[in-house]
Amino acid sequence: MSRTAILYVVLLAMACIAPFVGYPLFLMKCLCFALFACAFNLLVGFTGLLSFGHAMFFGFAAYACAHSAKVWGWTPEVAILFGTLSAGLMGLVVGWLAVRRQGIYFAMVTLALSQMVYFICVQAPFTYAEDGIQGVPRGKLLGVIDLKDDMVMYYFVLAIFAAAFALIYRVIHSPFGQVLKSIRENEPRALSLGYDVDKYKLVAFVLSAALAGLAGATKSLSLGLATLTDVTWQMSGEVVLMTLLGGMGTILGPVVGASAIIAMGNYLSGFGSWVTIIMGATFVVCVLLFRRGIVGEIEHRLGKKKSP
Amino acid sequence: MSQDIILETRQLTKEFKGFVAVDGVNLKVKRGSIHALIGPNGAGKTTVFNLLTKFLPVTSGQILYNGQDITAEKPVQVARRGMVRSFQISAVFPHLTVLENVRVGLQRKLGTSFHFWKPESTLHSLNARAMELLEAVDLASFADTQTVELPYGRKRALEIATTLALDPELMLLDEPTQGMGHEDVGRVVELIRKVAANRTVLMVEHNMSVIANLSDTITVLARGSVLAEGPYETVSKDPKVLEAYVGTVEEAA
Repeated sequence: MSRTAILYVVLLAMACIAPFVGYPLFLMKCLCFALFACAFNLLVGFTGLLSFGHAMFFGFAAYACAHSAKVWGWTPEVAILFGTLSAGLMGLVVGWLAVRRQGIYFAMVTLALSQMVYFICVQAPFTYAEDGIQGVPRGKLLGVIDLKDDMVMYYFVLAIFAAAFALIYRVIHSPFGQVLKSIRENEPRALSLGYDVDKYKLVAFVLSAALAGLAGATKSLSLGLATLTDVTWQMSGEVVLMTLLGGMGTILGPVVGASAIIAMGNYLSGFGSWVTIIMGATFVVCVLLFRRGIVGEIEHRLGKKKSP
Repeated sequence: MSQDIILETRQLTKEFKGFVAVDGVNLKVKRGSIHALIGPNGAGKTTVFNLLTKFLPVTSGQILYNGQDITAEKPVQVARRGMVRSFQISAVFPHLTVLENVRVGLQRKLGTSFHFWKPESTLHSLNARAMELLEAVDLASFADTQTVELPYGRKRALEIATTLALDPELMLLDEPTQGMGHEDVGRVVELIRKVAANRTVLMVEHNMSVIANLSDTITVLARGSVLAEGPYETVSKDPKVLEAYVGTVEEAA
């Protein structure tokens, strides 16, 4: 077994033991945001597209999932699937408009569209505006396994995370992933080699949006609520922060970054609004001292020359 | 339209907000030849390349490839027809390995480039061909190196190998020896001669000895128009060309 495979097995084992040591709810939140950041990283780290509106997929899927589980009484797996698909569909529309532009213009188009989604969520009746959808029932998985218990829910979330992480890993290491990386590295060159770069970007965008939606939908079930916070532009910023802190373009970086940010928000909550300042300062220090992010820096120090 | 002309432009013109960068250029590239496009800085050589490969839209005029009008096509379509370009600044994928760089060129033909569910190992069948191409440009021993770590001259060679991976009918090389040391220039000249054996090459080049050495036909551009055309012997003695270069021809030769 290769060293990478051993690392992943060890990490998975640790994730299995984790709820006996830490709080399952906190861990679930970490996993959901880690998945969100991984989905985002697929776009920014491996395709070279900086989206500044990813909260729209995360937050809207959270609403879609919460609504279908609470109001329509769908089982959790169907509700999550519904959330994921609605985010994917939204990604298709947004991506179709956004991939025609590059760099800062791409970021601005995604930001503008995500603000539109935010205002729709503020106005639409099914989101309950400021209150959000609260008390979302977790229901019974496949109508059989009751997810009310946090431990059971945790393993369900872990299974979703592991499957999605494996999918992202495969996408990165696929023929498609090779083309994505070449677009990230040198877009005009990829174009001159006959690749219709916009189509590749769009597929990557839809995948990333759907996976961000999966993260949001899973979050709304595990924490039992979907709120406006999840669709704000601050949330879009937070996922950028998580990815940069952990290491953009590394496979494990977003997981580390997301866990660190969530942990900070959790354990430093005693400091009140100072948390934002502490996070900001951490970010500045990170950018100044290790530009590659935590995982990026470790990989670099270990002399791993080959990019993932 | 004679069949031995692979690429032809008719009154090709490009204006940028009132500034005419390319002005009524008529160019005929013979199949199987090495055709050089030269001219002082700002003569519009790279703009012509960008027009031919559709990286810039044409203001007026026509581009014919193998007798077919491609003026309105997209860069991807032009590339798929077999006209593949290189760039003035070395166009490699820096954070991929040398082997992966060439393989990206080979990969499209497999038809699996959108298959995000397939493992990378499905591309390994291309490795042998990629290694052949790397051997052709003397880079086989660097196959697993990160491209960013290659010296400049080697990057240019890699770029040619990647272009060759598409087996293009017509190769457009934008200053293939620019910024290179003496030994590297020699290597690239030999390489171009080798790859031009069974295809057509159109190149922009500043190095006069390279041009004298390689090209069958030279077109001199100045201020966006064709100043002179012909073999090196004729063009290099043309007083108009000498004037346009104000002495740089002697210097370089």
